[in-house]
Amino acid sequence: MRWLLLKDLQILRRSKLLVGLLVVYPIAIALLIGLALSRGPDKPAVAFLNQVPLGQAVTNVGGEEIDFSRYADEIFEAVDPVRVKTRAEAIEKVESGAALAALIIPPDVVDRLNGGLGQAEIEVLYNGDALKQSYVQATIDSQLARANAALSAKIRDVAVEDLAVLTDGGEIHTPIGSHDLLGLRTAKEILAATLAELPADAPVRAGIERVDDFAGQALIGLGFATPALRAVSAPIQVETTVLSGSRTPLDAYAVALAVAVSLLLVSVLLAAGVLALEREEQAYGRLVRGLVAKTTLLAEKIALAAGCSALVGLAMLCGIGAFTGVDWSRFGLWIAALAAGALGCSALGVAIGALAREVRAASLLGLLLALPLAFLALVPSGAVAGGLYDVVRVVNAAFPFKPTLQALDAAVNGAEPGLWGSVAHLLALTAAFAALARLALRRFTA
Amino acid sequence: MSTEARGVTKRFGERIALRDVSLSVAEGELLAIIGPNGAGKTTLLSILAGILEPDAGELSRPMREIGWVPQQPAVYGKLSVRENLLLFARLERVADPAAVVERMLAQTGLADRADDELGTLSGGNRQRVNIAVGLLADPPVLLLDEPSSSLDPRQRERLWRFVDGLARENRTAVVFTTHNVAEAERWADRVLVLADGEVVFTGTPAELRTAEHHEERTDFEGAFVRFLRERGH
Repeated sequence: MRWLLLKDLQILRRSKLLVGLLVVYPIAIALLIGLALSRGPDKPAVAFLNQVPLGQAVTNVGGEEIDFSRYADEIFEAVDPVRVKTRAEAIEKVESGAALAALIIPPDVVDRLNGGLGQAEIEVLYNGDALKQSYVQATIDSQLARANAALSAKIRDVAVEDLAVLTDGGEIHTPIGSHDLLGLRTAKEILAATLAELPADAPVRAGIERVDDFAGQALIGLGFATPALRAVSAPIQVETTVLSGSRTPLDAYAVALAVAVSLLLVSVLLAAGVLALEREEQAYGRLVRGLVAKTTLLAEKIALAAGCSALVGLAMLCGIGAFTGVDWSRFGLWIAALAAGALGCSALGVAIGALAREVRAASLLGLLLALPLAFLALVPSGAVAGGLYDVVRVVNAAFPFKPTLQALDAAVNGAEPGLWGSVAHLLALTAAFAALARLALRRFTA
Repeated sequence: MSTEARGVTKRFGERIALRDVSLSVAEGELLAIIGPNGAGKTTLLSILAGILEPDAGELSRPMREIGWVPQQPAVYGKLSVRENLLLFARLERVADPAAVVERMLAQTGLADRADDELGTLSGGNRQRVNIAVGLLADPPVLLLDEPSSSLDPRQRERLWRFVDGLARENRTAVVFTTHNVAEAERWADRVLVLADGEVVFTGTPAELRTAEHHEERTDFEGAFVRFLRERGH
């Protein structure tokens, strides 16, 4: 087996283009992912037209000044504003691609907020491809929701204060001036004192009793109003509990995913290619004619592809680790996950190589199988119908990509369901695909 | 007798590729297997080489004692001539691989191209390496499957002189298949004619001419074709 291994390494060393692709491709992916994860996404450019007259963005709510332009800053945290002076200029920026969207604040927005003329409206214009539009729309929607929440919280606080003054008395501020209110509680006390001094048959007694009764009921009613107001400003609070599955943050999961995809492609293409090469070079018949057992030949190809792809995967992990905060103390677990994943994917590769007579056919078959496998492994539960998801789960379990991803996620990020279950799964798949390859080789005599 | 096959039969599904074929070849003898396309020549050679299992029949020699040279050069284009020979010598477990390789390079006249990648050699030289690999273990019997099919006339001449030398000087028993009946007439000591999986003639080329009953005897190829036609093939 060592002479065959040596021969294949010599051939690889002389296949500069192939080796170049096998080395450059994963390193390029590692660098791209590392840079992308370390820098975060750029803010989308959004044209911004503020038609509110200068100095009128500030209003008084319940005696407290609210500057609405401060809430616009919420939006600017997530977008790169391109300030424009007219609506036409805003449209031109979007149409020319200088901005992905335009946000127009109409001149009456403060009056509407302030004067109860209805909901304040702002205008958003989109252009560009569906993906960018979706991204910008989601960004603006989420930032508007934050601004709405902040504004409504402010208004709620003022309303709660006013309710307290109405109940307990004190100074209240309105657009027409400040007033000192008696308060329902004090009013009820005065009424109670007055009623106590009135003769039982006084003609005004019945009227005063009705007013006293109203004050009591109003106090009870307003007692419920304050918590109700607080609830309306944030009616639902979310408490998140992950019951099962990965708790890995998206960027850390992306590290495992990038390495798993490269491991799959390098293992499958290399294993399928080197086995198919034996037949393309016509050497297969000569080799299995007593020189090498077919099982030994398959083991050699699996070992070669697994070794090379595990090295490439390790280089990728180290490359990504240089940019991101991976836990280097888990290095030993990385090796275990890489080795098991590489063995499983290489065994799949030889099964594919055993079906093809030429390297090109084997490579095409490998790609045709590897890409859907990677796609299916990323289908989340709930994204498709229940029955279909069961099929996806079976496919994922029958091929080595998903277990490789899980093993790497567990090794790199400590994700559930843990490393050793995935390693055992991968070793079982290695044996199964090697046996399948051995069966497939029976088709060929030379 | 260097090697012998008795009553060999091979089926592929319903089709009978070989029916009760027997042959023998002596030490130092050149035996040509000729016949039309689909006659079963390569199947017979593959069974003699141990690549295919016969459904019936017996072979006198085990596979490891027989050198096999497939029709297409079964060597690696990215390795040099020496690396190819060294690889197969090691896999053949010959006693001193390096010495055997040097001897084979000298014998095949490839010493000056020993370090060239095989992919850079001409078809004739590649075929010589292909044959050299078949001879590494110094087998008493050598099987050649259409060895000259991809060569030009000059390369063919050099190849057959080399093969003839193996038989005459090394006393190697050589069995080869060919479509070129003129080559069979010129280089073979005996010919075995296969048609539809059956042996229809075994003898010297001269005996084949005699066996064909046409009065207008032109060349060996014409005689071969008429021989087959007379027997309904």
